[in-house]
Amino acid sequence: MSLSVTDAHVRLGDKQVLGGVSATFATGQVTAIVGPNGAGKSTLLTCLAGLRKLDRGQVLLDSTDINDIPARTRAQRLAYLPQIPEVAWAIDARTLVGLGRTPFIGARGLSTADDEAVDRAINLAGVADLADRTVATLSGGERARVLLARALAGEPEWLLADEPLAGLDPGHQLDAGDLFRRMAAEQGHGVIVTLHDLHMALRMADRVLVLAGGRVLADGAPRDALSPEILAQTYGIEARTAEGAAGPMIEIISRRN
Amino acid sequence: MKNMPRPVLYGALIVALIVLSIVSLSAGQIWIPWHVWSGVSDDPRWTIILELRLPRTILGIFVGAALGVSGAALQGYTRNPLADPGVLGVSPMAAFGAVVTLYFDLATQVPWLLPTGAMIGAFAGIWILLTLSGSASSILTFILAGVILNTVASAGVALAMNLAPTPWAVNEIINWLMGALADRSVDEVRFAVPFIAVGCGILFTLSRALDALTLGESTARSLGIRIDRTRILLAIGIGLATGASVAVTGVIGFVGLVTPHLLRPLVGARPGALLIPSALAGAVLVLAADIIVRLTPSPAELKLGVAMSILGGPFFLLLLIHMRRRAA
Repeated sequence: MSLSVTDAHVRLGDKQVLGGVSATFATGQVTAIVGPNGAGKSTLLTCLAGLRKLDRGQVLLDSTDINDIPARTRAQRLAYLPQIPEVAWAIDARTLVGLGRTPFIGARGLSTADDEAVDRAINLAGVADLADRTVATLSGGERARVLLARALAGEPEWLLADEPLAGLDPGHQLDAGDLFRRMAAEQGHGVIVTLHDLHMALRMADRVLVLAGGRVLADGAPRDALSPEILAQTYGIEARTAEGAAGPMIEIISRRN
Repeated sequence: MKNMPRPVLYGALIVALIVLSIVSLSAGQIWIPWHVWSGVSDDPRWTIILELRLPRTILGIFVGAALGVSGAALQGYTRNPLADPGVLGVSPMAAFGAVVTLYFDLATQVPWLLPTGAMIGAFAGIWILLTLSGSASSILTFILAGVILNTVASAGVALAMNLAPTPWAVNEIINWLMGALADRSVDEVRFAVPFIAVGCGILFTLSRALDALTLGESTARSLGIRIDRTRILLAIGIGLATGASVAVTGVIGFVGLVTPHLLRPLVGARPGALLIPSALAGAVLVLAADIIVRLTPSPAELKLGVAMSILGGPFFLLLLIHMRRRAA
């Protein structure tokens, strides 16, 4: 099972956001997309999710053009979690998670099987204690975890999450990282996340894609893709990889000018 | 607030609707006592029931349902509790369409031209609204588009009255604009009911899409909702339901705004779950208001549209204050 993008070009206004991105993603792996602000990470993710048409290039899900897959079928296979969440009404967290079942339900609403999937997602994301709360009363981090549960409720083959760790405390960051790892390793799902936290990328990803200025700068094993040379080139920082208690870590030393 | 179980909510609304329908058939300047109902078919009061009260009651139910569900659908789509066909300029555009036919005195010659004008106005209104607000329908552009439509429609109506050839025409326009269920006949029922039924039916199918839109447009799309299709169905449904309502009763505001708002806490705030209850409660509200208007002693019969506006203004204000308090 694979999700691949070939020669993706996207222009927004007068800015070339993606300028020829090619990459292939595999199930059973966690891929982290990193890069500076405005590198095109979110745009790439929306293209992979089939939500944005490319000016040039193609996104293939198992060798079918993603735009040729019916919206509902695509939604059953692929979940997308946007960076800036929007929750319009005073719905409770459980109802929100239930919206993740949208591609599966008919006119009659949630079935028993849907309810069970919602329960599983709530437990996986560890938000059982929040389920009855109105979403507006949740903190930013709590809301992010509930929204993650929403993305899991469809039990998708592919999870595409834009900054899923932003706003989470360190404990819950580790929980979410573990969850992604288990989804990939145990259930064989494909997980693609964009991250700003390089250390978390090193820690949880099987593979890292470094994006800068709408192009792929590096693509490979985390330690190779996040080498000091590439970090200097991408972010303009001096950094080095060191061995920490929990494996390799990135120590950021200074800003380079 | 705890959600009300669906059968309880639907049941309560349907019972209210049945009771009010019976009252609506009985109440007025001439009360129809109970014994008339039991069979004696040559009682002259049956004429009142069949030719005056029955069309009035049926129209009240359908127009109320149309306005309630149109408000619920627009609020769900725009994710804004202040949206409603009146506020966003759809009903005013329908009224403008009808006024054009009154201005040219077409309605007296060809009776079906007035409702047709209203339908055209409603479709033009909803089409302009959805086009102006664009695919990136931010709430601000939506409201702005509504304000523009409202301004254009009321300017058009004012112009028609300004230039009206005879005082009689002005009178006709004003009278029609005030909105009423009084003196409607079976013809109006025959015209409006099919359009309203189809329009409401279309809007009911949007339940899943409106629920998903709670999470914003891109998430809804990622959940397999086709936004362009939703938008077109919304436009057709609202055009038919609101257009046909305005066509036969003039502008009756407030229903589309208040009905979903009152019901929202009872259905766990799910916009899709609001559609059918809003239709039922809209019907209840219009029937109840029409009965009150009918029974209020006044020199000329109080117009339903006027009564609704009198209630609607303060309610709108309270809603705004309430929202600001919650936001603060």
